Amino acid sequence: MMARKPNEARIVITGVGLTAPNGNNLAEFRESLLAGKSGIQKFNVRYMGEVLAGVCHFDPLRYQKKKELRRGTRAGSVAIYCAQEAIADAKLDLACLDKSRIGVYVGITEHGNVDTEKQIYEIKQFDYNTTFVSHHYNPRIVANNPAGEVTLNMGITGPHYTLGAACAGGNIGLIQGLQMLLLGEVDLALAGGVSETIHAFGAFASFRSEGALASHADPEKACRPFDKDRNGVVVSEGGCIYLVERLGDALKRGAKIYGEIVGYAINSDAFDFVLPNAQRQAECMKLALNKAGISAGDIDIINTHATGTREGDAAECQAIREVFGEYPHVYINNTKSFIGHTMGAAAALELAGNLPSFEDHIVHPTINLDHLDPECPLNNLVINKPIKVDKVNYILNNSFGMLGINSVVIIKRFEE
Amino acid sequence: MTKEEIKSVLMEIVAEIIPDEDLTNLKGDIPIREQVELDSMDFLDIIMELRKRYGIEVPEDDYMQLATLDSSVAYLEPRMRDL
Repeated sequence: MMARKPNEARIVITGVGLTAPNGNNLAEFRESLLAGKSGIQKFNVRYMGEVLAGVCHFDPLRYQKKKELRRGTRAGSVAIYCAQEAIADAKLDLACLDKSRIGVYVGITEHGNVDTEKQIYEIKQFDYNTTFVSHHYNPRIVANNPAGEVTLNMGITGPHYTLGAACAGGNIGLIQGLQMLLLGEVDLALAGGVSETIHAFGAFASFRSEGALASHADPEKACRPFDKDRNGVVVSEGGCIYLVERLGDALKRGAKIYGEIVGYAINSDAFDFVLPNAQRQAECMKLALNKAGISAGDIDIINTHATGTREGDAAECQAIREVFGEYPHVYINNTKSFIGHTMGAAAALELAGNLPSFEDHIVHPTINLDHLDPECPLNNLVINKPIKVDKVNYILNNSFGMLGINSVVIIKRFEE
Repeated sequence: MTKEEIKSVLMEIVAEIIPDEDLTNLKGDIPIREQVELDSMDFLDIIMELRKRYGIEVPEDDYMQLATLDSSVAYLEPRMRDL
């Protein structure tokens, strides 16, 4: 048993703002996850034509002027929507907050590709005359853009930056927010991840060249982690930004607490540019469990990273078996099967979809699993239909990315 | 293009650049930036649109001549007359 931490050293989630291909707030998103509703559709991409993608349908004009939309990026717009929704969900009034004490930490897989491709396409119409490159190009492609647009829109004067962490970005953003709160650098953190990747052809084309771009006659069945017939990744856009704060502050203002961030870890495979490494993933999960001061058997739900690739899914299953093999009661699910791979947003979004389990005691499934790959045996994998359970006290969220970055976050049901 | 057509084109460009602004009462003899929210990056958008649509290059030294709608039309008329 670990010593009880003071409230200033306990970090809790008190607001969730999100947009996913199947929902534009937590309630809608959760409803879709429990109803088996996918968000994958046909989508046209420059130079490639029709592909499959997860597309978000939030109303950007809810929080932005038309001029802001014209000026900014899609990632910025997603981030603004999510950050504003998180503040509203936390029942905070921006006008009454000390905006110099709010930090914005946004995880991204990459940034700038969308506008770079667009600029090159534009100047191609003018025989590549570079005087036609937009003066808006630089502020759109700087790496801090999505977080910076949030501060411009909301008048936040505290620190802002993005965290480039491939497909682990959403977890890393959340961890950064937690760390800055623990250091006392800020009093509120808007932390999570976003992605605009579907608006660039590059990601689709590169996955296709790797032989890892999913295809299926029915778009909603294209993303099928752990299924023997899976054939790759569905690229999606999305965003999820949490409002996180120190427990003492949350209790003082009577905030609704979604959960407490009790464990986290980040490590590196040091192994390959794209191939996963089960051993390092297992180590990352163990590090997070140690940080939380709990054993693997205490976890109730593991939300897997699995993207629907042959090597990736199998490696994660191997890592989970190594850490959780003795604890067959731990439920395992997957969110990408519904919404595809929301890249920089994935970790944060996938965690959000599971947070309601603390209250409703339902575990959402992984869908599109018709024939389990023999390489992916897992105890208690929740397949195709949600299940009701007795209790949910701990959720473990895996997210891994290219260049061998692994991240794990553990959330505990809140209790004083 | 006539002066009226040039003015109409300019209004169309400005409306695209600052879509939240009401331009119905925009006066021709008062600097645009004093009447609506139009910053330096927006102004560069006007320059870029003239370049893209009509191949017109406005040197930086001439930017002041595009301050009002009327002065813009006067400056652009000799350059757009034959378009």
